[in-house]
Amino acid sequence: MTTDELIWRIAGGSGDGIDSTSQNFATALMRSGLDVFTHRHYPSRIRGGHTYVEIRAAGHEVQSRGDGYNFLLALGDSFARNPQDDAYYGNEELKPLSENLDELNEGGVIVYDEGLLDDEDVAEIDLEERAEENGWHVYPVDLRGLAKEHGREVMRNTAGVGITAGLIDMDIEHIEDLMEDAMSGDVLEANLEILREAYGMVDEFDTTHELTVPTGAHDTGQALLSGSNAIAYGAIDAGCRFISGYPMTPWTDVFTILSQNFPDMGGVAEQVEDEIAAAALAVGASHAGAKAMSGSSGGGFALMSEPLGLAEMTETPIVLLESMRAGPSTGMPTKPEQGDLEHVLYTSQGDSSRVVFAPGNVEEAYEQTRLAFEIAYDYQIPTILIYDQKLSGENTNVDVEFFDREPAPDLGSTLTEDELKEAAHDASGKFERFSYDGEDGVSPRSIPGQKGGRFLATGNEHTPSGHISEDADNRVLQMNRRLEKLDVIREELDEGETNQTYVGPDDADYGLITWGSSQGAVFEAVDRMNDAGHSIKAVSVSDMMPLAESELVAFIESVDEAMVIEMNATAQFRGLIQKELGRYGEKLTSLLKYNGNPFEPAEIVESCEIRLDGGAGEPSAQVRIEPAAGD
Amino acid sequence: MSAFNAIGDDREIDRDEYTPEVEPQPTWCPGCGDFSVLKALKQALPEVGRTPDETLLVTGIGCSGKLSSYLDSYGFHSIHGRSLPVARAAKLANPELQVIAAGGDGDGYGIGGNHFIHSARENHDITYIVFNNEVFGLTKGQTSPTSPKGHKSKTQPSGSAKDPLRPLSLGLNAGASYVARTAAVNPNQAKEILVEAMEHDGFSHVDFLTQCPTWNKDARQYVPYVDVQESDDYDFDVTDRREAADMMYETESALYEGTVLTGRYYVDEERPSYQEEKRAVGELPDEPVAERYFDEDAEWERSYDLLERHT
Ligand SMILES: Cc1ncc(C[n+]2csc(CCOP(=O)(O)OP(=O)(O)O)c2C)c(N)n1
Ligand code: SF4
Repeated sequence: MTTDELIWRIAGGSGDGIDSTSQNFATALMRSGLDVFTHRHYPSRIRGGHTYVEIRAAGHEVQSRGDGYNFLLALGDSFARNPQDDAYYGNEELKPLSENLDELNEGGVIVYDEGLLDDEDVAEIDLEERAEENGWHVYPVDLRGLAKEHGREVMRNTAGVGITAGLIDMDIEHIEDLMEDAMSGDVLEANLEILREAYGMVDEFDTTHELTVPTGAHDTGQALLSGSNAIAYGAIDAGCRFISGYPMTPWTDVFTILSQNFPDMGGVAEQVEDEIAAAALAVGASHAGAKAMSGSSGGGFALMSEPLGLAEMTETPIVLLESMRAGPSTGMPTKPEQGDLEHVLYTSQGDSSRVVFAPGNVEEAYEQTRLAFEIAYDYQIPTILIYDQKLSGENTNVDVEFFDREPAPDLGSTLTEDELKEAAHDASGKFERFSYDGEDGVSPRSIPGQKGGRFLATGNEHTPSGHISEDADNRVLQMNRRLEKLDVIREELDEGETNQTYVGPDDADYGLITWGSSQGAVFEAVDRMNDAGHSIKAVSVSDMMPLAESELVAFIESVDEAMVIEMNATAQFRGLIQKELGRYGEKLTSLLKYNGNPFEPAEIVESCEIRLDGGAGEPSAQVRIEPAAGD
Repeated sequence: MSAFNAIGDDREIDRDEYTPEVEPQPTWCPGCGDFSVLKALKQALPEVGRTPDETLLVTGIGCSGKLSSYLDSYGFHSIHGRSLPVARAAKLANPELQVIAAGGDGDGYGIGGNHFIHSARENHDITYIVFNNEVFGLTKGQTSPTSPKGHKSKTQPSGSAKDPLRPLSLGLNAGASYVARTAAVNPNQAKEILVEAMEHDGFSHVDFLTQCPTWNKDARQYVPYVDVQESDDYDFDVTDRREAADMMYETESALYEGTVLTGRYYVDEERPSYQEEKRAVGELPDEPVAERYFDEDAEWERSYDLLERHT
């Protein structure tokens, strides 16, 4: 068991306040100087059912969930009990304890709610024997009773946090502060009493474990944010003031954040009848001069394919989000997967020209959202951010200063009325919107209501003046012009601050390639393997279309073999690389995981070692090694 | 400083301003009812006082969808059935624009049916013109949602087994605050109704009966019309939902056999538009979103100022 980090898992029923409790505890850990990373596991139901949140905290940087965990606070599922004592939500109250044991590390600590979980039930899962085998330290506490005594039963979360803090020797000052910010009056008083009493109770315990809260100290202010927060904030700073959408997990998070903030910022948020409308609204709003965004998850994004094409053909800038969950179809609504890559790259008819970014962590989510707006409005092209349920919901601490940027509300290649006076017009006085001066494929646009700017936008192929046309020469000209933008964008992205992130020694001869939210676990695995004497490096790619070709070529060329790591069953990113680069079939292998849970670093370490040993053996976890062509 | 100088320009507008001096020439068939819509619109717009540069016409797909190509205003020829969401958003981004959406019966009542219902329900301040020729024109005469029962086409060779949709009743029940029907063969009324519809503050739905001589020679769109408001036989209060609904029922039942009635069926001046409602709850800014991007003094809020809740 690693002792320099705390990996705390709080488990209970959905609706038991697990989320807010863990959010506060994570914030308290961050405030005490630690780096934190959260991982949320929940079923697709509103109340009851087993759910947990894991918080990993350390005095050093953490970029991923850990391997297993070392502290379980099992609250029991209160919804498994009906107030009338009939099983109403199912007889599952033990699950928060029983379901979590497999991943608890050796020497781990267990606190469970004696007030809720029957002794007989607990006996049934052989807790004592298993604890002995694994060296676990078990502390049954009547959290429910303690909560009821001072307030209400729901406050047993607070009691659990108090016990935790006591057991790991953590100062409760930050927890108290957070409670004071969030509550007041009797509720606050009751919670504080419960917290302090629980904290104090530990003094009476006969403690046997050694786990304590790690120490850390930040130099600068920190903020605890999810990927969804970062995307929403990136959009705000990019000047986005229009969002339209239809709820679908997990994209709803961004939609909610912006819907709540836009009224105070002079922005417009619209919940509409379906996703076709949602994306079409983004097109309409952008056409009329707003910086506009929409988005969805798998199935909803499928409906957006049609307006996406419209944006491409009319060269209307929009930003779309695709927050993936496991598919096909409705799939596993609350589980992450990276299975929609091909869908996002290729959906919609015709030779498409869109730009796709895949941020790999919270900071990249912010940066690339800003970049997505910049590229969309400079080049009049739809841009898409593809990310997943994991990045949507995971919270990481980020330096506050990181967000201290100037807003960039620039409408890109849009003309002012003065500039329009100089522009080309036809004999009717219509602005020649799609005429082209041969520079970078971009023909500047006007906005309805501007004097002298009127033009026709159409989803049909059209002439430089915007008239529908099936003329062969015109078709080739327009098509080439639209496609040319991608080449120019590729150049711009290559020259700019790179979106690809690397770890490991340059001269390593084994390489890992990953994308999106798998980044953290991969990078951590690389660090560990290098510490253990291997020589491995990794790249996390964000520019999916246009693909970061030159960087990938250089990386692949520099190693003997590279393993592409992604959360899907069909090796979609590896397929993209081989398609775009036209080779490397024999040099690329895959590590795939698609059971609904994100990678843990140890799975990656184990799988790499299997490959490094010459390909013998099978990984033990639910991951799959896909050999190279000809292997 | 205004970024959109075309907006609010109150000069006299000549109807010729709406006619492009150069191509494209309409590709509609001779005798097509769509010409009448274009003509009525060109006559109505100057009366409403809107310049071409402050007018945005969003159309769907089909013969009707070409309308935006032939009107010299800002235009957006979108995709099949989606004119309404595009138009709605444009109006939200810049409520000062005159926004009109138009398309066929297949476009608006079929594939775009969901958008029609919700645009009417929300009472967006836009005008929606549906060219109702009871047939899919551009794809060569298939049955449409308004084709009469028994209508024979290439895709329903034995005659349609479906009852036609009742667009006026649907518009009313969905929540449109202005519902009218007019007809290509009745140009004066058509112009008047379009003027009213565009001046109306809320969702104005105009079912425009257009003839398709190429695919639908049997349709009753060719017969002369009776204006319900001008006939003593049909006395009803257009501001009364119930009476309007009864009249619509009669009209829509009779269209395929009896007298064809056109005119205003429902006018609700009291109901606030969606834009007003949204502004009232603080979800639509007083100044158009679009204007801020051109305003050098605009203050842009930063995400940095929101971080406190995360620290
Ligand atoms: C998504 C989609 N489905 C089908 C079509 C083919 N399509 C083009 S026009 C049309 C019918 C249009 O009929 P209507 O709306 O009544 O207009 P009209 O041509 O009669 O004016 C269809 C089905 C299309 N363009 N897009
Ligand atoms: S096919 Fe019918 S609707 Fe289309 S242009 Fe010809 S007459 Fe008009």
